[in-house]
Amino acid sequence: MFGEYSLGDLGSIFAMQGFAGLILFSVYLLMALGLAIIFGQMGVINMAHGEFMILGAYVTWLTSVFFTEHLPSLFPIYFFVAMALAFCASGALGMLVEWALIKRLYKRPLDTLLATWGLSLILQQVYRSVFGPREVGVTLPDWMMGSLPVTDVVEVQINGLFVMGLTLLITVAVFFMIFRSRFGQQIRAVVLNRQMAGAVGIDTEKVDRLTFGLGCGIAGVAGSAFTMIGSTGPTAGQLYIVDTFLIVVFGGAASLFGTIASAFSISQTQSTLEFFLSGSMAKVITLLTVVGILMLRPQGLFTLKVRR
Amino acid sequence: MKTAPSYMDRKDLLALAVVAALLLVVFPLALDGFRLNLVGKYLTYAFVAVGLVMCWGYGGILSLGQGLFFGLGGYGMAMYLKLEASSVENTKIQSTPGIPDFMDWNQLTSLPWFWEPFHYFIPTLFLIVLVPVAFALLIGSAMFKRRVSGVYFAIITQALAAIATILIIGQQGYTGGVNGITDLRTLMGWDIRTDSAKFVLYFVNAVLLIGVVCCAMFVRDSKLGRILVAMREKEDRVRFSGYSVANFQIFVFCLGAAFAAIGGAMFTLQVGFMSPSLVGIVPSIEMVIFCAVGGRLSIFGAIYGTLLVNYAKTSLSESFPELWLLGLGGLFIAVVLFFPNGLAGIWRDYVQPSIDRVFKLRSKDPTDPGHDVAKAAAAAAE
Amino acid sequence: MAEHDEAGHSRLRRQILMGMAAAPLAGLLPKTAFAQAPATSAVNTTGLAVTDTEVTVGILHSATGTMAISETGSIQAEKLAIEQINAMGGVLGRKIKFIQEDGASDWPTFAEKAKKLLVQDKVAAIMGCWTSASRKAVLPVIEQYNGMLYYPTFYEGLEQSKNVIYTGQEATQQILESLNWVVKEKGAKTFYFIGSDYIWPRTSNKIARKHIENFMKGTKVVGEEYFPLGHTQFNSVINKLKLTKPDVIFTDVVGGSNVAFYKQLKAAGINLDKQILMTISVTEDEIDGIGGENIAGAYSCMKYFQSLDNPNNKEFVAAFKKMWGEKTVIGDVTQAAYLGPWLWKMTVEKAGSFDVDKIAAASDGIEFTKAPEGYVKIHANHHLWSKTRVGLAQKDGQFKVVYESPDLIEPNPFPKGYQ
Repeated sequence: MFGEYSLGDLGSIFAMQGFAGLILFSVYLLMALGLAIIFGQMGVINMAHGEFMILGAYVTWLTSVFFTEHLPSLFPIYFFVAMALAFCASGALGMLVEWALIKRLYKRPLDTLLATWGLSLILQQVYRSVFGPREVGVTLPDWMMGSLPVTDVVEVQINGLFVMGLTLLITVAVFFMIFRSRFGQQIRAVVLNRQMAGAVGIDTEKVDRLTFGLGCGIAGVAGSAFTMIGSTGPTAGQLYIVDTFLIVVFGGAASLFGTIASAFSISQTQSTLEFFLSGSMAKVITLLTVVGILMLRPQGLFTLKVRR
Repeated sequence: MKTAPSYMDRKDLLALAVVAALLLVVFPLALDGFRLNLVGKYLTYAFVAVGLVMCWGYGGILSLGQGLFFGLGGYGMAMYLKLEASSVENTKIQSTPGIPDFMDWNQLTSLPWFWEPFHYFIPTLFLIVLVPVAFALLIGSAMFKRRVSGVYFAIITQALAAIATILIIGQQGYTGGVNGITDLRTLMGWDIRTDSAKFVLYFVNAVLLIGVVCCAMFVRDSKLGRILVAMREKEDRVRFSGYSVANFQIFVFCLGAAFAAIGGAMFTLQVGFMSPSLVGIVPSIEMVIFCAVGGRLSIFGAIYGTLLVNYAKTSLSESFPELWLLGLGGLFIAVVLFFPNGLAGIWRDYVQPSIDRVFKLRSKDPTDPGHDVAKAAAAAAE
Repeated sequence: MAEHDEAGHSRLRRQILMGMAAAPLAGLLPKTAFAQAPATSAVNTTGLAVTDTEVTVGILHSATGTMAISETGSIQAEKLAIEQINAMGGVLGRKIKFIQEDGASDWPTFAEKAKKLLVQDKVAAIMGCWTSASRKAVLPVIEQYNGMLYYPTFYEGLEQSKNVIYTGQEATQQILESLNWVVKEKGAKTFYFIGSDYIWPRTSNKIARKHIENFMKGTKVVGEEYFPLGHTQFNSVINKLKLTKPDVIFTDVVGGSNVAFYKQLKAAGINLDKQILMTISVTEDEIDGIGGENIAGAYSCMKYFQSLDNPNNKEFVAAFKKMWGEKTVIGDVTQAAYLGPWLWKMTVEKAGSFDVDKIAAASDGIEFTKAPEGYVKIHANHHLWSKTRVGLAQKDGQFKVVYESPDLIEPNPFPKGYQ
């Protein structure tokens, strides 16, 4: 395998492969963060998570079209506006869904799965009717494409850096919000003991709605960021659902640290295997390993002691 | 009524008679060959739904990977039929005659070892049930012994279904890939593609389904069934009473897998091919939906639910090809929000009382176990 | 039940018609009407849905599910062709009526709907299917009930049926000429294959590999990779590309993966103006999603591009845009789908009958001179003789044709030496 390459080449391969792994890590983490909040903290199995992401992607597309037609001079920075809008749109839809649907199902977590699956079918059809069945191409500002050469062979993708930066920012923000802010305190209180939280004066319904909205909003931002690397079509959201759930479960559902650790280990495993094996086999082996470990350690990598 | 087996009460017997009459008399008389074959196809999903009633409704174990077992059963049958269709004579234009065409396209020159047993019909029949059950046993004992339950189990089984799909598609030399195993013709020389064969297969299917339903009712009304319900309600108390909770869960999971596998094999026979699109996440969740629409606690409901959803799917997609997903999605949400016990719940809460009023039936036997279970479950669901 | 009524009805109508033909009354009818529209009993002996004024065909594609992205164009093209044929007076004096069914990207559904179209609706022909899997599911049904399928997609070959007309190219037609071109014109020596993991890419790559290794000198394949359908992370394989530095990246990635692949390729600094990339899976339809700026410079091997400069095509593109909007694009498969109804019409007129057996027999040698791709002819093996072309992707999402095979290429679904 390595015989044909020089030592210098090998060094660059490992550098690039490491970087590819880090991009994959950021992508996985970004996908999983929203779900980690919704599923991990609230126990809601949101099968429509992918569709919330795609909503963010469509919002990004609409913004790009708007800027091209009306504000071409500001096009280079449209992406930041788009991400903010994606957060608002997905978050608002999330709160609406929580109010209309999820609220009634907190005591029946498995039923949220069925209801949100129905929701995902409806959203897919709505996207198809509104935006057409074909994929839409999101034009990116020039500065976001291309790469920075480090050495002759090693190059660093700008959009990869962008995703990494964004993931870092959002992760820090989520951590700050959950562990340092008053709102986060309320979320954690509700997760630990809903009735007691209510008894000490926390408006649990409001906390639930905002938490769900937050998770969906983050999904929207993830979808927006994914227009850089993936496709935007009515059914594209379904591609992400298994990976996302496995990451959250593997990490230990209730632990945000666990989500990070699991996104990291899964992405590194897959990225390394992909280099040695064909893409399909790498995926199968990664998933099987995760499932195998989950069978031995069902609670996931990290656990949180929760009074149920 | 004295001849009725002790595990069935009068109501169940009546329901069974209605289902049997519907499947064996009404449908064959009322529907033309094409529609009857469609119903036959739907009924193969009902096997899975009945299995899910046992696992999910009574055992509290939601599996999102039933497509895996349905697929294993279906592929087992498809492998047998494909080998029969790929006789040396039929495949002489291939570079290696006598092996299935897709293997030849993928440069395989001999039959892989795990295809060998499928040359023979009796071993095939055993393998169709045993392989899925063995898988279920493996998965079940790994997970239930470690007390994985509820949501985690659902997601892990879902991942397994996804892995199975990727594997089948990726290993196309051995499995036929994304096309699946197609062009199946005869079963021991009997052409299964003709209308008369389809008619016969429909009846075989219906009788098998009724058999599976009886089997499910037997399990439900046995002591084992009651322990399952108890487990679902308060797992720890059952455990502290000295029962091995895991073993019961494994058993019911294996039972569901066996039912699904039989359905899969019948699917292959009636539809004429098997493909990975029946193994993955989407069909697995759809089968859960059939069960939920029928009422997760009702074995008969599972059959009606399957028929209703599939009928809706077929007719909606015939009249409004571009809008049927909206209706289907709406149906799922409505069932979960407003009718958590599905069709069976609607029947029990709205239809039955009025029938009872009309016929002024005497009050039911208070010790009726099925009734109690349903009541307890309804209370639990609230 | 409806089926019985309908059958009974048309039988009755047929008897009346036959009675009419026998009666002297028939002589009173204007002769021209008979010349345009021969009696239903004469052109339809197998009970298809043909009346004196109408003939019914089926359109069977995915309007929902993951494949709707690709199949929408085919549905549009078929509807356009049917409308145009009707405007010209229809087929044997009968207007074409179509029944559209949704395969929902699900292969068993395709089989179910095909059966419905044939058994219940008695359609005279089906325009439909897109993926190989859906065709494989439908094929036994079509053969059993003796239907006629016009299948538009370029595909892997290894199939031939009396009941199917393949209006797209089979793999050898699409690939071999293009490989010869890239080796001869661009001096390519090394190839790297990247595909989605299913039968069409694997078979196409196998044929390409055999051609490169056995039929050309000094060329070789340095890598071959497959990814699951819908895969979106290609950074690892891009690293391998950077390392092996092949002369040509040869891709058959499909669906949403395409978008991810080309965006990541560009982001990784692989400049397609310098690196030759040949694809057999990207048409104008796909570029819509990928974005022209991300794939500009790649070569695509197809038989049709929207930018083809000939009068037939100009007319076709104008009519298509008039019907479906200025912004729609037309890819290879869309054009092939457009051929379906026309080829069927001409075959029916040649055979003088809607009967499937007569159409199957009459198909050999049918020529369509008004085809947007130029000129096509049906081969005895029910595939089309057609030219193959190499297009260079432009920023605006169109292709510039840089090579066109001088002659029509013979379809060869079971190529010797490539198995």
